[in-house]
Amino acid sequence: MSTIKTAAPAQADISPVRPRWQTLLIRPETMTFMLLVVGVFAGSLLSPFFLDLSYILRSFTLYSELAIVALVLTMVIIAGEIDLSPAANMALSACIFAWAQASGVPIPLAIVIGLLSGLAMGALNAFLVIGLQLPSIIVTIGTLTLFRGLAQVLAGDKSIRVPEWFIGVDKIMLAGVPLPVVLFIVLAIGLGIVLGGTIFGRNIYQIGTNEVAARHAGIRSARIKSTLFLLVGLVASVAGIMTASRLGSVRYDIALGGELQMVLMAMLGGTYIFGGRGTILGTFLAAWLLVIVSTGMIVANVLPAVQLVVLGGLLIVAIIATNLIYSRTQR
Amino acid sequence: MTTLRKIFLRREAGIAVMIVLFCLAVGAVKPQFLTLDQLRIILLLTPLIMIGAMGQMLVIVARHVDLSIGSMLGVSAMVSGMLYRYDATWFGVDLPWWSGIPISIVVGALLGLGNGLLITLFRLPAIIVTLGTLSLYRGLTFIISNAKQIDRQWIPSELKGLAQTSPIMGIPWIIFIAFGVALLTYFFAMHTRVGRQIFALGSNPVAAPLRGIKVNQVTLLVFAISGALSGLAGILYASRWGFVNPSNTGSGFEFQVIAAVVIGGASINGGVGTVLGTVLGVLLLGCVSAALPLLGIPGTSQAAIYGAVILIALVIDRSVRQQGIASLKRARA
Repeated sequence: MSTIKTAAPAQADISPVRPRWQTLLIRPETMTFMLLVVGVFAGSLLSPFFLDLSYILRSFTLYSELAIVALVLTMVIIAGEIDLSPAANMALSACIFAWAQASGVPIPLAIVIGLLSGLAMGALNAFLVIGLQLPSIIVTIGTLTLFRGLAQVLAGDKSIRVPEWFIGVDKIMLAGVPLPVVLFIVLAIGLGIVLGGTIFGRNIYQIGTNEVAARHAGIRSARIKSTLFLLVGLVASVAGIMTASRLGSVRYDIALGGELQMVLMAMLGGTYIFGGRGTILGTFLAAWLLVIVSTGMIVANVLPAVQLVVLGGLLIVAIIATNLIYSRTQR
Repeated sequence: MTTLRKIFLRREAGIAVMIVLFCLAVGAVKPQFLTLDQLRIILLLTPLIMIGAMGQMLVIVARHVDLSIGSMLGVSAMVSGMLYRYDATWFGVDLPWWSGIPISIVVGALLGLGNGLLITLFRLPAIIVTLGTLSLYRGLTFIISNAKQIDRQWIPSELKGLAQTSPIMGIPWIIFIAFGVALLTYFFAMHTRVGRQIFALGSNPVAAPLRGIKVNQVTLLVFAISGALSGLAGILYASRWGFVNPSNTGSGFEFQVIAAVVIGGASINGGVGTVLGTVLGVLLLGCVSAALPLLGIPGTSQAAIYGAVILIALVIDRSVRQQGIASLKRARA
């Protein structure tokens, strides 16, 4: 309020438009991109494998399921909500799929059942967050526990096997690129166009920036946010079934702790945790960055425990950095 | 309004009724559920969750959430475990068996302070910070222990004795410790200035600084308490189970604790929560966990029940809040 009285903002209005290279430089994706270049460079010093594209592509398939969900999660965070349940959703829909096919349902139908269950989980989140107006943070902690617990009920401590011919979605190559990676790239382009170039996408930004104002401007925020939660649920079940195909068997602890990596991908890509800012391109780059970092740590024989520390620390550093960048652009 | 009516209108009465109804229902099917032995089992299931829940309640009242308590429990239990393992001596004095208790509490408080510093210094949302430290602290547990478990023989028998018996009617000490922590929390939350400030902060974070409340200090304190209590729960974990495992110890603890706190009536919108409600919430969870094996329900369903319980409690919390808003409107009209 007090800033209105001072003269400074008025001067800012008439100040010349920043040159293009400067606006590009302060974008968070630029930071992600530079980190990615540094990461590849450091990796190639560590091991010559890092300059081998097919090696990186193969490593990426291990993370592609989480990365695919992270793309949609980015949109949810931009809309000012959060969803911590998709990793548990992946496990439950994979378990439902595997359980269905193990009890004699033909595979295509089992896949449909798995996808529908993922959609239902998304719908439950949407109902609780949008229908009942509960905060998404706590709701999705609850559904995270519930989904993971139901997966444990369904599968127990055993692993459910899937048929031999269904195994190996990650071995299918399209022009030398594994299918999950192709899917990730296609989805990234698709969602990027939706988020950046359609009215629906621009509305997501408006909701995240100021939901009350957006609603007064006639944006159907409830409908848009429900769509996003449903989309996360659906994509998470796709990711869960892909994981089942990659691993060849399903356990309840698939993607355990995957919510950390998904949120990390979105945060590293410069998505603003309080909503309203962020791009698909950022998450796209951050997914590759995370793969380079994770693979680099494996190549360098870093203990898994230290990797946990690095991932957790990276998450905190990423939000601090993003917040700093945005608070600078606010000036 | 009579005193009796007042008691029944309180939120805690609903939980107490639920506990009684649940126990009677289970007792009708399996009469052995209503025995003293079973009560002992229930009470032994709850102390760790109760201690953790007291800290988490204060955090939730302050309109934050702490996901890292399970990992803080792990780290502080592991630090004490390593001391026992290597029979540390300080300045030539052998460490007494109880030294692990203050050490774990201090370690936990420092880790909690770390969370609080990140949240207040950089104005970050607690959920993301503690999601990060959940992983970070878990990694620390592996690093300080070199990924090896602290086995039974390293833990002093006096410490293990805390979870087995006491001179008072043979009720294990850890149960007294848990209820003692609950009493202290009650006194702190209801009868100290800082305690009331936590509630004020959670009710209205915007108004709190205008009222002269030092928001950053209160937030730091709340997270430090949450960490310290996780540390206490950590050393009691070593006492109760007789081992400290880098990957298992404390994992999933946060979900049990959050479930207990939200059933206990603490509002996720901050500013609302009572110690009595939280204690009852913990006891209800204890009853449910104790009833499962008797009813022949496999233990694997426990996590699903916790999840369902969190969601149901959230929905109840919402309807209670809306009734409150409606009655306020009526009073104003």
